[in-house]
Amino acid sequence: MTATKPQFDAAASRTRCWQMRKRILEISQKVSALHIAGAYSCLEIVDTIYHGLMRRDADGNSPDTFILSKGHGSMAQYTVLENLGVIKPADLNLYCQPGGKLATHPDYGLPGIEASTGSLGHGLGLGIGMALADNIQKQDRTIYVVLSDGEMEEGSVWEAMLLAPSLGVKNIVAVADLNDFQSLGQTSKILPNFYPFDEKARAFGWEAVEIDGHNPQAVHDAIVARKGDKPLMVGARTIKGKGVSYMENVPIWHYRSPNPQEYQQAIAELDHAYHS
Amino acid sequence: MRDTFSRILYQVAKADPKICIVVADISPAGSMNQYRQEFPDRFMNVGVAEQAMIGFCAGLAMRGMKPYAYTIATFALYRPFEQIRVDLCYQNLPVTVVGIGGGVVYSVLGGTHHAQEDIAIMSALPNMSIVAPCDPLEAEAATWVSAKHQGPMYLRLGKAGEPVLTANAPDKFEFGKARCIKAGSGTAVLSYGIITKMALELVAKIEKEQGGQVAAYSIHTVKPLDQAGIAKILQQYDRVIVVEEHSLQAGLAMQTRALAFECGARCKLHTFSLQDEFIHFYGSHGDLLKQHGLHPELMYQKIYA
Repeated sequence: MTATKPQFDAAASRTRCWQMRKRILEISQKVSALHIAGAYSCLEIVDTIYHGLMRRDADGNSPDTFILSKGHGSMAQYTVLENLGVIKPADLNLYCQPGGKLATHPDYGLPGIEASTGSLGHGLGLGIGMALADNIQKQDRTIYVVLSDGEMEEGSVWEAMLLAPSLGVKNIVAVADLNDFQSLGQTSKILPNFYPFDEKARAFGWEAVEIDGHNPQAVHDAIVARKGDKPLMVGARTIKGKGVSYMENVPIWHYRSPNPQEYQQAIAELDHAYHS
Repeated sequence: MRDTFSRILYQVAKADPKICIVVADISPAGSMNQYRQEFPDRFMNVGVAEQAMIGFCAGLAMRGMKPYAYTIATFALYRPFEQIRVDLCYQNLPVTVVGIGGGVVYSVLGGTHHAQEDIAIMSALPNMSIVAPCDPLEAEAATWVSAKHQGPMYLRLGKAGEPVLTANAPDKFEFGKARCIKAGSGTAVLSYGIITKMALELVAKIEKEQGGQVAAYSIHTVKPLDQAGIAKILQQYDRVIVVEEHSLQAGLAMQTRALAFECGARCKLHTFSLQDEFIHFYGSHGDLLKQHGLHPELMYQKIYA
């Protein structure tokens, strides 16, 4: 069965992301804490990869692979998979609760989850191994890996960065969620030499581009436009906590659930922004 | 042992297109050339990057390949420990990590190259299996076993030039089973890995001094340990001696002591392990083992003091 690239509708993506932000808020009220801000920063990226780039056959199966290397952003992946019908709403409702299947970090073997992540710096190496296996086995598959900027401080990421082009691996697309925040503050202040980012990726033999990571069309177009003779690194500039004023760029929202009042405010802000 | 591994891996790879070897700039020399010539796309050098080596192998395995990660034991296990734990063990992937130079065989290279706590560390990981063959024949059998193994495995090899010890062994090599490699009664010596050669020298010494026939066992599968088999040995013999090239902590010696307690063994039990120490002594492998107290004469004196 032939898998084809879906038609991408940026307006539909915007609607989905609005709904998913609210769904994540809804889940946040069932648990004492969750990684909300980092899920919000990569939501458009994850949605665009699944809905606009990963090829699907008539049964919805994709030859392509998605790895959320920044595993703490799992709520973005879970809600997208829920939207696609891969994860059941009942399972997402039991997120991090007894009897549920879905944990804070994605677990290999669960529906739609192709790697166990949560410890940073693992996903890219895995993805490159998959990509090379696909070359050996002559399989036409693309591997999408979403990383965080804080994660890219791990040396293992740079080992993998150096390795992919050296092995001639081209069928991999990495997207770095550059929200400029990590647990204890701003990446650009903690390790200012992380920037400029795209130049580093290019220096390691990757095709590299930087775009607005909250613009689904920009994410889509940057990946579609890749030359394909090298692995692609997309630096996606984003805002941690995007969409909720009190969460944006405030480190405590890395791992926290809003109280009922904050929850109502967040819903109101998201609705207002969507309808205006 | 290194050459045996690459010779057998070539045969395995010939029969199974999913076999591949990923090295971190250390390669089994000599007989690997044939493999590399025939299967150039299934030999990958990731460079001096062990984290990438393990993660990359995990990715290959997730696509149905059967990868071998290969380098010096300390580098294969310690630098990428978390990749082994999360990528291989947590995801339970069929990747064999081949560690060359298990124990202190790289004597003069110093502590950076001594895998003297590797068994303890790997034993602690769920899903991990550990096989430490005692001679080239067991290395051959272990390599065939690894090719069919379903989860992660640590294959602890020596270096080169190890003698054949098991040509006339009463038992066959069977994964997960203590293997009698020399029949005897009254006293049994248990060992694994290349120090089994010294264990057999101790056997010869005891037989010479005390008479009788001393049994010897290769506990090649250190995890899962053949607990029932070892318990049986503890109950069958009057005197059981464990010789291992590993620190006491969580090695075969400590586990045998625990089993002896659990099964109410009445035998005398003597264990010889590496010291819990980085010994800055530079000489041959044998010289360094002697500094750790591992020498047939020294062990004999302790046993029969």
